[in-house]
Amino acid sequence: MAKMKLKWPLYHILIGGLAIIMLYPILWMIMSSFKESRLVFVTAQHLLPDPWVWGNYAKGWEGIAGYSFGVFIKNSLIIVVVATLGAVVSSSLVAFGFARNKFVGHGLWFGIMMMTLMLPSDVVLVPQYIIYAKLEWLDSIKPIVVPQFFGVPFFIFLMLQFIRTIPVELDEAATIDGCGKFGLYFRIILPLIRPSMATAAIFSFYWRWEDLLGPVLYLNSPSKYTVSMGLKMFLDSESVSNWGPMFAMSVLSLAPVMIIFFIFQKQIVEGISTSGLKG
Amino acid sequence: MASTNPLPSNPLAFKKKKLTGRSLRSNLTGYAFISPFVIGFLCFTLIPMIISLYLSFTKYNLFAPPKWIGFDNYIKMFSNDPKYLHSLKVTLLYVFIGVPLRLTFALFVAMILNTKSRMIGAYRTTYYLPSIIGGSVAVSIMWRNIFSDTGIINGMLGFFGLGPVSWFGNPSAALIMLITLSVWQFGSSMLIFLAGLKNIPGEMYEAASVDGAGFFRKFFKITMPLLSSVILFNLVMQTISAFMTFVPAYIISKGEGGPMDGTMLYSLYLFRQAFMFNNMGYASAMAWVMLLLVGIMTGILFKSSKSWVFYESEGGK
Repeated sequence: MAKMKLKWPLYHILIGGLAIIMLYPILWMIMSSFKESRLVFVTAQHLLPDPWVWGNYAKGWEGIAGYSFGVFIKNSLIIVVVATLGAVVSSSLVAFGFARNKFVGHGLWFGIMMMTLMLPSDVVLVPQYIIYAKLEWLDSIKPIVVPQFFGVPFFIFLMLQFIRTIPVELDEAATIDGCGKFGLYFRIILPLIRPSMATAAIFSFYWRWEDLLGPVLYLNSPSKYTVSMGLKMFLDSESVSNWGPMFAMSVLSLAPVMIIFFIFQKQIVEGISTSGLKG
Repeated sequence: MASTNPLPSNPLAFKKKKLTGRSLRSNLTGYAFISPFVIGFLCFTLIPMIISLYLSFTKYNLFAPPKWIGFDNYIKMFSNDPKYLHSLKVTLLYVFIGVPLRLTFALFVAMILNTKSRMIGAYRTTYYLPSIIGGSVAVSIMWRNIFSDTGIINGMLGFFGLGPVSWFGNPSAALIMLITLSVWQFGSSMLIFLAGLKNIPGEMYEAASVDGAGFFRKFFKITMPLLSSVILFNLVMQTISAFMTFVPAYIISKGEGGPMDGTMLYSLYLFRQAFMFNNMGYASAMAWVMLLLVGIMTGILFKSSKSWVFYESEGGK
């Protein structure tokens, strides 16, 4: 192997040291969320809070503009659940369509799908906004969730790769037993591609949870704001007095993401490595 | 190599056969399954793109009907809008410095991690974590604060007798701040490189060692050629996504693109034109220039790849 021939301890000092440097900002933010706001930057060079305070979380949870952070979390969860459900189900249908069906224009549509995977979304930003405005969808979650019900190219590709590993003989046997195409999808393929659907669901969760552009464009009333928007409001009213609560809510917003990451990291890593894709 | 080659090796799992009487039904079933994508593509991509192309030749503010002005938007961009040209320059700097740095880092770490130590899983997870959370508002807020005047970055620089740097007072420093945030998220490219490295047979390196090849020789004669298609793929995808970077610039500059437009990335300027100044026509024209630029860059990458990407089926082994 072209691996660097380093002695064992040196290797771990180098690679572990780099890991610590990379994680330090996150650690710093977590620790700062337990510091008194006025001390955050005075004691920026000290990692550990002195004294430890928990009040930032209570104060941050009170939220901003009269809406508690709980409202933002609820709004985000609704979007995440609806969008993810739509994205995973529709993508699995399309993936099955491409993987196990012959039809005229198969190559053309597959090509179009791969193109949209690379299409900069900025190109459709303005017209989509205009269309949603005409449909009177503004200030609702519709512009954010509805498009997810029409297949997400990244997920389609991910599942497609997975279906290809399933032997076609299985389909043939089921067909002989009188299984139609939809039965084939529902009873044979769907149960077998569950791992790739889980990977897709995890990514969908990440993207919707972290999404900022969608909520900025389409949600106008603070009662509908998501977590990202809540944090942005904290930042907009940034002052010495709210650094602590702002960090506390930032940490809180990352908590579900990190928890899911640590539980499902194997699946996520494999999803990236085998499909080779990530926007 | 083929199994994890990220580029679609063969879009059609089966070759076309002659259409028979049963073909109508199988066509209908096929289209029924892919119909969500077909409908979605028409409604959310193709039709909007046509509208966008039309609007790019008009003056439109969402309230009055669009007014046809020919190529004026495009002409204005390059002759009468210094802010646009500046934002283009900032974006190109961001892409051409950020992407190579990120990929070099990703490849370097992937090579170090390509061993059979038990700790590798933990390291891999750690390095990948920033990519997962990197797009969030929370991380941009964090980045903004570690670079503040009395933040940990200036503290670290002070330790080495440097700085302090006023990251928010100097446009180039602000851009460096954005680039470091992008490099910090090298994890997803690293995973793809790691998968590619795992596919290179160890015997190749052993044989080369027997022949007396050193580290660099092995790197340039074995690793690079066998990894070239993965590198190309990473380059293309990362270039496109770097071009569209929005959240960090938007959050770190609080939506203003400052200081002195130092963080006015293309997407941010487009966003401001469209949704703050209601110049929908102008923003559409900007979007098309962006598409063109991304298209040209991708085209150049693919074209040039013929001379540096190594395909096993063609080359000698």
